[in-house]
Amino acid sequence: MSEPLLEARELVKHYGSVEALRGASFTAYPGEVVSLIGDNGAGKSTLVKCLSGVERPTGGTLLFEGEPLELTSPTDARDHGIETVFQDLAVAPDLDPAANLYLGRELRKPGVLGWLGVLDKHEMRKRAAEHFYRLGVSLQSIDVPIAALSGGQRQSVAVARSVAWASKIVFMDEPTAALGVVQRERVLDVIKRVRDEGIAVVLISHNMPEVLSVSDRIEVLRLGRRVARFKGPDTSVEELVGAMTGALTQEDAA
Amino acid sequence: MSTVPESKTNGETTLSSEDEGHTSLAKRLAGANTLWIGVVLLLLIAVFGAIRPDAVLTTFTLQTTLVETSVLLVLAVGMTFVIITSGIDLSVGSVLVFSGVTSAMTMNAMSGGDATKAGWGVVWVGLLVALVSGAAWGLLNGLLIAKSKIPPLIVTLGSFGAALGAGQLISNGSNVAGVPEVLGNTLGTGTYLGIPNLVLLAAVVAAIGALLLTTTRFGRYTYAIGSNEEAARRVGISVTGHLMKIYLLAGVLAGLAGFMAMAYFRVASVTGHDTDNLNAIAGVVLGGTSLFGGAGSVVGTVLGVFIPAVLRKGFVILGVNVYWQPIAVAIVLVAAVWFDQSRRRARNQR
Repeated sequence: MSEPLLEARELVKHYGSVEALRGASFTAYPGEVVSLIGDNGAGKSTLVKCLSGVERPTGGTLLFEGEPLELTSPTDARDHGIETVFQDLAVAPDLDPAANLYLGRELRKPGVLGWLGVLDKHEMRKRAAEHFYRLGVSLQSIDVPIAALSGGQRQSVAVARSVAWASKIVFMDEPTAALGVVQRERVLDVIKRVRDEGIAVVLISHNMPEVLSVSDRIEVLRLGRRVARFKGPDTSVEELVGAMTGALTQEDAA
Repeated sequence: MSTVPESKTNGETTLSSEDEGHTSLAKRLAGANTLWIGVVLLLLIAVFGAIRPDAVLTTFTLQTTLVETSVLLVLAVGMTFVIITSGIDLSVGSVLVFSGVTSAMTMNAMSGGDATKAGWGVVWVGLLVALVSGAAWGLLNGLLIAKSKIPPLIVTLGSFGAALGAGQLISNGSNVAGVPEVLGNTLGTGTYLGIPNLVLLAAVVAAIGALLLTTTRFGRYTYAIGSNEEAARRVGISVTGHLMKIYLLAGVLAGLAGFMAMAYFRVASVTGHDTDNLNAIAGVVLGGTSLFGGAGSVVGTVLGVFIPAVLRKGFVILGVNVYWQPIAVAIVLVAAVWFDQSRRRARNQR
């Protein structure tokens, strides 16, 4: 495989006397879906927080495209092309999908009007429609508030938004939790399209069949350490569960 | 982002250019609340007009209704922004009083105790003092709400009392007379092409407010914060800074309203503004702005503030006991909020 896009080596994170990460490592390559799985309290969320700039690790190193990287804030991570889809839908329900897509990054009209802060709604709407189309996000109308959409569509918009701005890597924390079967398929479909554009997708999920169906690789965390790595297609639920619970260990994983 | 759409896969109905037709429909549906308020307002005018066409549909009646409402409209424009962020500002009426008092007293002090004969230079300084006084209270509200995270209801309930108290302390509890004649004759009671200047100024404020809210990034952030503050914060919007600006705007507009009221009555009054805040809130909510934040419009507010005004005027002309007016406003207000709530519930059920 090519050079890793993002590599965490021996990350340590303490919360007071609690050790959430005890030398956890993680690797993501460009253009792959890598799932991060583990039992509750294995350190998945903490690891993602460290990798997306929300938390700063207590120890260990982070390599981004082979260079050491220190993330000071989520904004800093975003500047590096790292986006995160949060577990709770972080969208503004009263705004339409295009407005949500461009929230915080609004396009302004050229010239004096733009200097006055006037938005170029037409351009944003046009580009948003193209973007949703490209990702296969189907919406009856792009002009209704997000609250009027179904749960799956809302999540698709949230995913599409992070993807729109992620040039390198997207973290998705349980993006399909609380979704129906059809809606889940739709979100997974979006994830695959994102990968096909050369962006790395890091998926955190508890749903083993889902992980197996969508992942190119799977990394398993247990008690704050990486305990196993699998190739997506040639593994089974039993193997994954074995690694998560400690019944199965790979010596070279950490 | 700018890549041209590629081929359609798995046969889903994706977005295409044909949904342009939906735009106008969706916009009309979204504006339905505003539309209904407009219909109610026109109905009220039509009913009163049909009963007493001789008294209602006269230039004088229309002019006085507009003038009496213009000060309230300026307060309500600021209140619209505040309520869209899911906040509230109870202090506007007191800030109006405070700003009028400081402005009038400054003008008097500049003219040796009585500014009645003062010139334009003094008037401009008076305007500046009124705006700065309003801005100071707005900034204080904003600091306590956005930075110290104290609920807006409590903060502005505090400044509601404090601003009125401060105004009365400065003026020794009495109205401040000596308002320059040039101000009263122009902004106060002057007209331009038959339209009172006060109304023109309020219309300009409302128009700028409407443009700010609907076309600019400032307006977009206002909606976003009211809709989901956490989402706004996560995409990197400075929520604290924006909320400060919103309460600052409401304060400045209250200062301007104080200057306008002083120009009209030719006295900086310390009484009679106790319920300005509630009237402004009622107008905003009647106009379809949601108390839950995230939705609303200045156009709706313009229609909303005129409903109580038209009711009052109509009752006076028809000889109905004027004490019925607040009862009628209350009924319309509760109905409007109930309508908004059930509409939201229906929308969020999916």
